[in-house]
Amino acid sequence: MDLENQRRVKDIAEANGPENVMVILGAAEGEAAGLAAETVTLGDPTYAGPLTGVSLKLEVYHICEQEIKDQIPEDVYDEQISMMEMVLDVDDIVSEMQAIRDQI
Amino acid sequence: MNSVILSSSYVLVHTPDMVIHNGSTQNTERVVNPDSEYLKALPQHIRSFEQAVAYAPNQVYIGNKTPNFLNSLAMPWYDKPIENADKFGRFGQIMPQDEFYLLIQACDVFDVVNLEKNFVAEILPKFKNNPLIKEDIALRVKEGKDIDFIENIVNNEHGEGLYHNNKLVGSVTRGHDVDVNLSAHVLHENLVSKASSVLSLLQLIKNANIDANDVEYVIDCSEEACGDVNQRGGGNFAKAAAEIAGLNNATGSDVRSFCAGPAHAIIMAASLVKAGTYKCVAVTAGGSTAKLGMNGKDHVKKGLPVLEDVLGGFAVLIGVNDGVHPEINLDIVGRHTVGTGSSPEAVITSLLSAPLERVGLKMTDVDKYSAEMQNPDVTKPAGAGDVPLSNFKMIAALSVKKGQIERKELPIFVEKHGMPGWAPTQGHIPSGVPYIGFAVNDILENKINRAMIIGKGSLFLGRMTNLFDGVSFIIQKNSGKKESEAISEDMVKEFIAKAMRNFAESLMGGGNYDK
Repeated sequence: MDLENQRRVKDIAEANGPENVMVILGAAEGEAAGLAAETVTLGDPTYAGPLTGVSLKLEVYHICEQEIKDQIPEDVYDEQISMMEMVLDVDDIVSEMQAIRDQI
Repeated sequence: MNSVILSSSYVLVHTPDMVIHNGSTQNTERVVNPDSEYLKALPQHIRSFEQAVAYAPNQVYIGNKTPNFLNSLAMPWYDKPIENADKFGRFGQIMPQDEFYLLIQACDVFDVVNLEKNFVAEILPKFKNNPLIKEDIALRVKEGKDIDFIENIVNNEHGEGLYHNNKLVGSVTRGHDVDVNLSAHVLHENLVSKASSVLSLLQLIKNANIDANDVEYVIDCSEEACGDVNQRGGGNFAKAAAEIAGLNNATGSDVRSFCAGPAHAIIMAASLVKAGTYKCVAVTAGGSTAKLGMNGKDHVKKGLPVLEDVLGGFAVLIGVNDGVHPEINLDIVGRHTVGTGSSPEAVITSLLSAPLERVGLKMTDVDKYSAEMQNPDVTKPAGAGDVPLSNFKMIAALSVKKGQIERKELPIFVEKHGMPGWAPTQGHIPSGVPYIGFAVNDILENKINRAMIIGKGSLFLGRMTNLFDGVSFIIQKNSGKKESEAISEDMVKEFIAKAMRNFAESLMGGGNYDK
């Protein structure tokens, strides 16, 4: 996750309280999704950004995970996400996301 | 009439020491974590010139291998060197770092570049032997300075060092005491971009076999900005490079849109020629030092060589329709507008299916698509996946949604209309344009009829807009009619119109057509 986005996530979490913030990712790869999820929960694994050593433990999901998909009107999801869902390895993304959530 | 693509060039510069000293990832690491294990391990992961030349994606970039060759090579590619690989290719060359430092000096007209005199003496004969380096450029290289002079600039005068084999061999002096836009770091970055653009232009003139004076206009589409405190992006990399490349009849300007720049520039060049404003326009771009070793941390962590060790450059020559070369069809231009939206479907629709549908074509009517042609050998170990493959899958998925192919045909579409990526991750360099050289050949050899080049850019990185950007255009087989023939056809039409007018007038004149 780039340094500017880390700063913004940190600021939003501090302003609203971490328990009131959820992060929804759109990464196209399981590994990238997992890294971003790790950054906003356990801290920046690359030790480069503002979330280094900061464990925000935010709730985090990928947009293609069923829990999020269920919250979105079907026609909106079809228009905005369904094409990408056809392309992505959703199972890999879900398992990476779950692996990070299991560590919290 | 549509303008045509007369020629193209593709060059690489192997810059192992610049990876360490000038890449943004490494520079950031030196600031935030100067004692990091990564910086200590990095030198052991740097490739030699011979290794970079033998690297299959680099051989494809300069045209010695085709993209299809990579399909036959199991990934990863970095551990499968090409035997007897040549640094000279059909489209261009891979220049070594030592020669490139001399070219940088040849591109410096403000005496900010100084090279150590023994280094110059050693490399100059080799530089002069390079088939692209003519006497006018070789004469620009100065005799060189003592190492004490160079060390003083780097250590005491805020200069930027030029290193070769980890040894200081030159320096770039800052252009101003206070103005950060003229710092040695910025001047170095800009001179590298300019010099690799010059190399691309020299190669283009050679490939096209034309007189350098035939080029009337040059458009630079790199991602750097040159200027000073009062006009930070004042520009004109294009004219600066044209001067050194000897394009004496040309002026030019810069086009910027992050990675979408090249596609914008080619559409503009094709339009300028079609409109008759200029007869011959060169689009050019040099490479980016900042992106060297951008994913180096992941490569080192996984025990790979640092694969982002080359600067990329390209140039495309667009001219008046000669009845032979592939045309740029400006009736099929895709554009991502302010109102398009950011969902992948909206993006792909605006760039691909919408322009095709306007002229009654389906997505399956385009033989080859070329979008973001980043080398997956670089991006996959960094967790960014296979970027070209993702693009082709998205194009195929939209074809499914449009009902143009069946869902089960998705992998076949990807294989047939896509190709593996081979371009270095230099931002604008992989953005659609690497295929143009092959597209021209494939069309001339009747292997394909139509290719679409797609440029996409991440405008949001500049913090001025949250928008994304993209444009696309079609390269197609020439209809066989020359510009001059088109003029005679127009004349015929004019004759007919005149005859009709006379006929009508004669009717109104009272039926005197019987006379």
